[in-house]
Amino acid sequence: MEALKRSFGEIRKYPSAVIGVIMILVLIGLAIYTVATIPYSEAIRLWRGGEDIWYSTPRNAFPVWTNWFTDVKQPETIVMFSEDNPDVTKEYTTTSSGKTDIKMSYTFDYTADDFPQELSLFFKTEYVAKEPFASITWETPDGRTIRVGDLAVSRKQTYRISQDEALVRRLGGEKPEVGLFADPESPDPENPQVLKGTYKINVSVLLFEDTGDASAEYVVFGEVFGWAGTDHRRRDLMLPLMWGAPIALLFGLLASAGISVLTMIISAIGGWYGGVVDGIIQRITEVNLTLPFLSILIMIGTFYSRSIWTILGATIVLSIFGAAIKTYRAIFLQIRESTYIEAARAYGASDMRIIFRYLIPRIIPLLIPGLVLGVPAFVFLEASLAVLGLGDPVLPTWGKIINDAWVNAALYNGYYYWILEPAVLLMITGLAFAMLGYSLDRIFNPRLRGL
Amino acid sequence: MAEILEKKLKDQDFSDTGALLQVKRLHVWFELRRFGFGHAGYVRAVDDVSFELKAGQAIAVVGESGCGKTSLMKTILGLNTPIKGDIIFDGMKLSELDRKGMMEYRSKIGFVQQDPYGALPPFMSIRSILDEPLIINGVKDPKERNERIRQVMEEVRLSPVDDFIEKFPHMLSGGQQQRVVIARAMILEPKLIVADEPVSMLDASVRVEILKLLENLQKSHNLAVIYITHDLSTVRYFSERIFVMYAGKVAEKAVVDEILNNPLHPYTEALLTATSEPDAANARIYKEVPPGEPPSLVNPPTGCNYHPRCPKIIEGLCDLEDPPEFEPVPNHLTLCWLHKDA
Repeated sequence: MEALKRSFGEIRKYPSAVIGVIMILVLIGLAIYTVATIPYSEAIRLWRGGEDIWYSTPRNAFPVWTNWFTDVKQPETIVMFSEDNPDVTKEYTTTSSGKTDIKMSYTFDYTADDFPQELSLFFKTEYVAKEPFASITWETPDGRTIRVGDLAVSRKQTYRISQDEALVRRLGGEKPEVGLFADPESPDPENPQVLKGTYKINVSVLLFEDTGDASAEYVVFGEVFGWAGTDHRRRDLMLPLMWGAPIALLFGLLASAGISVLTMIISAIGGWYGGVVDGIIQRITEVNLTLPFLSILIMIGTFYSRSIWTILGATIVLSIFGAAIKTYRAIFLQIRESTYIEAARAYGASDMRIIFRYLIPRIIPLLIPGLVLGVPAFVFLEASLAVLGLGDPVLPTWGKIINDAWVNAALYNGYYYWILEPAVLLMITGLAFAMLGYSLDRIFNPRLRGL
Repeated sequence: MAEILEKKLKDQDFSDTGALLQVKRLHVWFELRRFGFGHAGYVRAVDDVSFELKAGQAIAVVGESGCGKTSLMKTILGLNTPIKGDIIFDGMKLSELDRKGMMEYRSKIGFVQQDPYGALPPFMSIRSILDEPLIINGVKDPKERNERIRQVMEEVRLSPVDDFIEKFPHMLSGGQQQRVVIARAMILEPKLIVADEPVSMLDASVRVEILKLLENLQKSHNLAVIYITHDLSTVRYFSERIFVMYAGKVAEKAVVDEILNNPLHPYTEALLTATSEPDAANARIYKEVPPGEPPSLVNPPTGCNYHPRCPKIIEGLCDLEDPPEFEPVPNHLTLCWLHKDA
């Protein structure tokens, strides 16, 4: 143990190992933070959720940092709810005939260089019998007032301004999200410019009863959203990017540790007992080495279950009897002839004690670098299976993002962030473990140092 | 094969003679296999060896490499299974021991090996190394184990104990490592120590210290010792009797001085001639050593094993018939036809 501690202490002498350790710690920190802040059930609910949960996010929006690299600044999403927002004024006026008029005005600055994706109003009203009536007007910075539309609103009503055909006609055939923000003085009317400034949208809801209330959420769907962007189902990509970390690390570490440790124990047993036991283990290994690993995993995923635990179990079972058995066995055959093993037998150590206390500790220095280097391989395996459509159908993972991006032709449509973000995280994970693993290899196998 | 053995063992006798260790007509033969399963004969590593050892008695087993002394030792330790014959140690019959009995049997025999560095697991501290036999043999109380470890380290003079107890084998010198090996052999308070060339890998400067240490331990604990060596010059230190082994058989048994001064077997004479002594005169003297090599243990020669090399061969007798044990001088036994008239 002392020697192991000393070897780990030597990590400090290798800058690449230090960087690797820091990167791994950051990943682990991200994983812990994610699990602590977004509980598993919440993550699943958000990831599985459709338009009901993700109604206020734009579709396929780029991350906000893409604005740093372009001259044309894309609009961010603006969400304004009529309650508890200082930029929204809400007034109640009761008329003599027992009607209530609720006036809500949303004031917002629009400074982007391009037009938004969509405009929508989400109404929520309380009434007994007769549906309230809403009328919406639009005030531009240069003082024009445009009538947007009038409609009866039910208890839960979505008014998609962008899809109002009457408004399109009123704007002279221009799409509302363009026409409402366009500068009338644009030099080229075919290619209108954005009129920057403070806009105001006035929503007036007329209640035909003396009780009741109305509220409305106004959303300008931008072209950029959050630090990660959104996907085709309006989901914020931050969720799968963050949740991908604990899943990837857990899968990689469990698979790598499970396979390394079990392989070592099996080869130790074979090396110690020899004879028939060793023969059986060696024959199983040889047969297993000829089996097509990925094809079997695809078969299991297609016909049985795509749960990550099934895939993990199948990966471990198929990899235990791997090529490492041959390497370890060769070393164990050498160690078992050591005189200290003979001494241990002479003072009565049992077979199991010899295997676990005398044979295995000798091989741990070999095992540790292999274990660390094995982690990214299994992280990538999980991602590859997800890309092939065999990822866990429930969990948000990095591989699943790439799969979604691929299915929705992300690169053809120019949504490079959709593939870039999970790919960068995968590369960071691989790089971190590789930097640490190769340094550990050099520490534990000093003969490589001279090379 | 079975018939020959049956004939040989006809007169086998297991009467209790009060000895600590009785080795009775021990045959350790290793089967040779052809293509992994076919029988291809036996390697007769130990062939019909009998002796007794009383408590506190020390014997030396001397012989060249491959004469079967290590096989004999491993069989006494319970690491090899004899094909015929038996060992009775402290009232326990090796052939009839179950797993638990075997543990007890092994715990009463200490084992000192040749190469101290190889004999100590490199990844364990001295404390763990000495802890292992105690844990395995059911000493559960850590305090008791700690006390026993300190006590035995004092005994082998690894003191101050605190300087050594947390160290690893590679941090110690060869002599200190061998003391740890001896401490490990002593920790279960055995009645018999089997020492397999305990000083042959050590510097000449520490050999005497280690031999003296073994001698002191033998006296203070009334230990029986089987000291295995190829070097007759170190035998004198603490063994009373010498067994000379040749090709799986004990060629000659006698007390140390008797063997050194009056060797009866021609092989013993040859061994004594080959012993190096620091004498300048040796540089100018040519010593006559019998030519040839030890015989094949798979197909041993008929008659006396030594006859192909023996300068005093009696034609028609030595090459045809196995010599029985003769006792030409009281307590000095030899397997040699030269003494048939004694």
